[in-house]
Amino acid sequence: MTAEEIHAQLAAKFGERIGPLMPPNKDSWALVNKAEDLIEIGQFCKGELGFDCLINLSGVDWPKKNQIEIVYHLYSYSKRHQFVLKVQLDRTAPSLPSLESVWKSADWLEREQYDLLGVEFRGHPDLRRIMMPDDWVGHPLRKDYKEQASWHNIETTRESPLDGFVRLDDLTKRKAAATAAIVPAAEKKEVLQ
Amino acid sequence: MSKHYAQDMGSVVTSRTSFIDDIINLARKSSIFYLLFGLACCGIELMQTGGPRADIDRFGSVPRATPRQSDLMIVAGTLTYKMAERCKLLFDQMAEPKYVISMGSCASCGGLFQAAYSVCKGVDKLIPVDIYVPGCPPRPEALTEGLLRVQDKIVRERWFSDRRMIGQREPGLGVDYQVA
Repeated sequence: MTAEEIHAQLAAKFGERIGPLMPPNKDSWALVNKAEDLIEIGQFCKGELGFDCLINLSGVDWPKKNQIEIVYHLYSYSKRHQFVLKVQLDRTAPSLPSLESVWKSADWLEREQYDLLGVEFRGHPDLRRIMMPDDWVGHPLRKDYKEQASWHNIETTRESPLDGFVRLDDLTKRKAAATAAIVPAAEKKEVLQ
Repeated sequence: MSKHYAQDMGSVVTSRTSFIDDIINLARKSSIFYLLFGLACCGIELMQTGGPRADIDRFGSVPRATPRQSDLMIVAGTLTYKMAERCKLLFDQMAEPKYVISMGSCASCGGLFQAAYSVCKGVDKLIPVDIYVPGCPPRPEALTEGLLRVQDKIVRERWFSDRRMIGQREPGLGVDYQVA
């Protein structure tokens, strides 16, 4: 099926709850208007449309729009077609239902988004951090993230040995410039004498 | 065996303790068992160094799979914060005297991933490092050179007369990790 056909089926089933088809090419996507519909739409995609694989689940942080976008990449191995669903969340308290019950692969992918963007997936069986230590502060892939100075007495920065480093070329140029500034002054003195 | 003493002193010194030290150090430097602690691509080079071509078994150095039997920890690869606690724990489990080689730029300073949020900026933030081996990753020859430098360090120690106690080590910068 092409993206248009997939979107037509989705729109026929869910009507207003699915947004319009965005850029109509191979990588086109549709917006899920309400995060609450996700499980229903996910089950329809897996059952009726044959999307047996959730390839990727990623997140995008939009600080100016005060939005966090969660992106679902779906693929069907049986029917060889793909589609992308997006859902937009409030950045201050991003929360949406977990799709772990629909696609098992969502388990770790959702944990990754919880870890790096601080998105809460309601109904996830084991929502823990996956990349950072459990007691880490903050979510590293948020645009306004500031790393803590130390963690468990380990500093998180290292001073660069290149601080104050001068290239040899620059040094010779500086010396040449300094001597050039001195020489005319000396010549002037001679002239005066 | 105590030839270098004769050179230093200008006369033949037959000190019994230094002689025992030499015997002990010869045994110690010729049986450095290293902990298999490959964390990333440096781990592959570490395996190569133990393999038939570089073969650091020539110097009496063989891999061990447990810190309890190891004298040398070769930190080979990118150390993440999540692994940092485990690294410190493994180091604490090793029996004194123990040595650490920081292999590759990632273990030495964070390397390529110095700007990353999840990578520890050098293993010397946690545990005292004896030898830094540069490279990304270092060739097996470079790591062998690092091992020889550790041997030099061992030979210079007066283990019998001036035992290096745990308290005399450079204080660990590391984790406030409590073994329960």
